[in-house]
Amino acid sequence: MEYENTQLTTFPDGLPEHEQPKWRRDFPIDVPADEYGARRDFTKFMVLTSLAFACGQLWIVFLSFFRRRAPVEKRIAAVTDVKIGQAVSFHYPTDRDPCLLIRQSEDVFQAYSSQCTHLMCPVRPDLTHNRLHCPCHEGYFDAATGRPTAGPPRRPLPRIHLRIDRGVVYATAVEDRTL
Amino acid sequence: MRPSPQTRSQRLSIIYGILSVVVILVVMQLWLLTATMNAFLGGNHNIVWPAALASVTCLGLNVGLLRYLV
Repeated sequence: MEYENTQLTTFPDGLPEHEQPKWRRDFPIDVPADEYGARRDFTKFMVLTSLAFACGQLWIVFLSFFRRRAPVEKRIAAVTDVKIGQAVSFHYPTDRDPCLLIRQSEDVFQAYSSQCTHLMCPVRPDLTHNRLHCPCHEGYFDAATGRPTAGPPRRPLPRIHLRIDRGVVYATAVEDRTL
Repeated sequence: MRPSPQTRSQRLSIIYGILSVVVILVVMQLWLLTATMNAFLGGNHNIVWPAALASVTCLGLNVGLLRYLV
């Protein structure tokens, strides 16, 4: 098709398109030429996006080197300090990781991270309904399992492993979970 | 700059073909990133390395396709 090779607008210097400076080829007047340039540049932009995703993926690899926590045992509370149906807050494994210890019956203790898995808001115990409530976006977790039951959270709360020795509750490890 | 052997219409078709493949690969990378982040925050570190390798492979394919941009 002759039309496709024909320049609709002639350049001021009269030279053909391939002899024009780059800026003039990148900013054409004709619609077909502009469409070509726009799609080509969009393809380049998508490759740049691909680079960003690959960098994000490598960043996760980098983080995974530092996220493997060595379990350190820490005293939480005496068994008598937590009444049945009540919860106490503590921090584990560092002082920046808030958690909740819940006593559900005489012998049953559960502990979870109290940071919502949606956007890290602190969850509140609502033990009369056997659940944990995140007030930021109305997320709910089952107090018995830590799994999400309603709202935006999709992952369960990290479970804190406990050990009870001579009337004292100790936190021994953190278990991150996806299901 | 040498004159291109293809017409503009042909070059545009080539770019559309490359763009289609690049978009599919980028969408795959996006899915890979979100799935890996979810697994990583859930404590599954085994998936991190293979996912990074797959994502870098996609990037390599995309960069390779850039060479064919006319």
